[in-house]
Amino acid sequence: MSFTRIYGLFLRHFFLITRSFPRVLDLIYWPTIQITLWGFISNFFATHTTYYNNAVGVILTCAILYDFLFRTSIGFNMLFLEEIWSRNFTNLFIAPIKIGEILTSLVITALIRALIGLIPAILLTSPLFGISILELGIFLFFLFLSLYIFGITLGVLVSSGLLRFGPSFENIAWSTMFLLAPFGCIYYPIDILPEIFQKIAYLLPLVYIFEEARNILINQSIDLNNIYNAFILNGIYFVLSIVLFYYSFNVAKKKGTLINMGE
Amino acid sequence: MKKVIEVSKLKKVYGSKEAVQNISFKIMENEILGLLGPNGSGKTTTIGMLLGLLKPTSGEILIEGKKIEKNRIEILERLNFISPYIELPKKLTVKQNLIVYGKLYKIKNLIRTMDYLTEKLRLENLLDRVTGELSSGQKNRVSLAKALINEPNILLLDEPTASLDPEVGDFVRTFIENYKKEKKISILLASHNMNEVTRLCNSVIMMKEGKIIDKGTPQNLINKHGRKNLEEVFLKLSRSNNEFY
Repeated sequence: MSFTRIYGLFLRHFFLITRSFPRVLDLIYWPTIQITLWGFISNFFATHTTYYNNAVGVILTCAILYDFLFRTSIGFNMLFLEEIWSRNFTNLFIAPIKIGEILTSLVITALIRALIGLIPAILLTSPLFGISILELGIFLFFLFLSLYIFGITLGVLVSSGLLRFGPSFENIAWSTMFLLAPFGCIYYPIDILPEIFQKIAYLLPLVYIFEEARNILINQSIDLNNIYNAFILNGIYFVLSIVLFYYSFNVAKKKGTLINMGE
Repeated sequence: MKKVIEVSKLKKVYGSKEAVQNISFKIMENEILGLLGPNGSGKTTTIGMLLGLLKPTSGEILIEGKKIEKNRIEILERLNFISPYIELPKKLTVKQNLIVYGKLYKIKNLIRTMDYLTEKLRLENLLDRVTGELSSGQKNRVSLAKALINEPNILLLDEPTASLDPEVGDFVRTFIENYKKEKKISILLASHNMNEVTRLCNSVIMMKEGKIIDKGTPQNLINKHGRKNLEEVFLKLSRSNNEFY
């Protein structure tokens, strides 16, 4: 691994973001809108139901956590798609950069992109709705880390598809998170799902992460099993995604996708 | 002179189509080899395999005596490529692009290298401009700067002057000639401009339907086929069903 090359690829995306104010605004805009919208919806539920004592806090916290996952995954895909859209893909793959260095650089850049979007949204929740995500305490770090790993895993999986099938795979890149969201039990407990869906949901780390977030906020207790299960599943999926990425790279070299990749 | 690139019985098959059929050639140190052929003759596929972007179905490529599959990083550090079909990030300035690629190629004296290329390629007034807003000729010079940022021993040029006006085209050809003399590098030049090939190349291989159908120096080919220039040789070979060597 070469830090200089990882830094070089990071710079490519850093320059891109910092050169354009609309790009920075775009990163901040959607999370802020999302959180504000969920804040008002939660306020409405809180005054019209007795289910949650702390409806606003629970829903908003889950919305922030989900948005972090969404931004990380989409951010990773965007970085990869950016190379295709700018027809720079071939230049990148003929540079003496290892696949591991490309992935590392994208992983770091995706985190920075996600944080640029999320930090203003988190800061907004306190004055607007009197909510602080920091109520999750030290376990907030583990939940974020778990979501970050899963977001990156999804990003690597979609990028593998882009490598293997070319730009035609782009639509899948946008829809992955929407496909998984119902099974992730982000805003509702897993019991809501039909039994067959519950079995699928338990295969995803998301269920354990969001169940635990709700558990901490509603019951004020910690179930380490949820955090442990999420990390185990994350580890398995992450390793699988990396293996698939290398496999797709080799298939792309056989099929010629790397030299035909363009807009 | 030593062999810089040695290609032996190289073959690439896509499904039932043989894009490249058992071709062999070599490029010597300080040589410019022209790779000619009509569209779809296998030139880009051959270049893709030399760059390690495509896996050959069979055959062997040795670059400075090493196999690309096993020594990808080491070889790519000493090689570079330019094509009008690939571009640098459009939203970055010229200077930012050169810095990014300087880091990717781990250039030690990046400022000095950038200054040298900026001067040689007349990029002084372009450094702070956004790459996507440049003219074709300006973009071409910037791509050339990127391709030379690592001071490559081997340069692969795919139609380096396509879509350029005669003045810029001549500037690029003169630059390549002088750079090759100064740095003693080896170049593989794929081009449809026969005057360019005649002017720059020490030798030429002609491809058609994935095969090498003739090779020699530009003048030898002109004499051998009894034509006035390389363009007429190209037309004769492209329209013929025979192999000539």
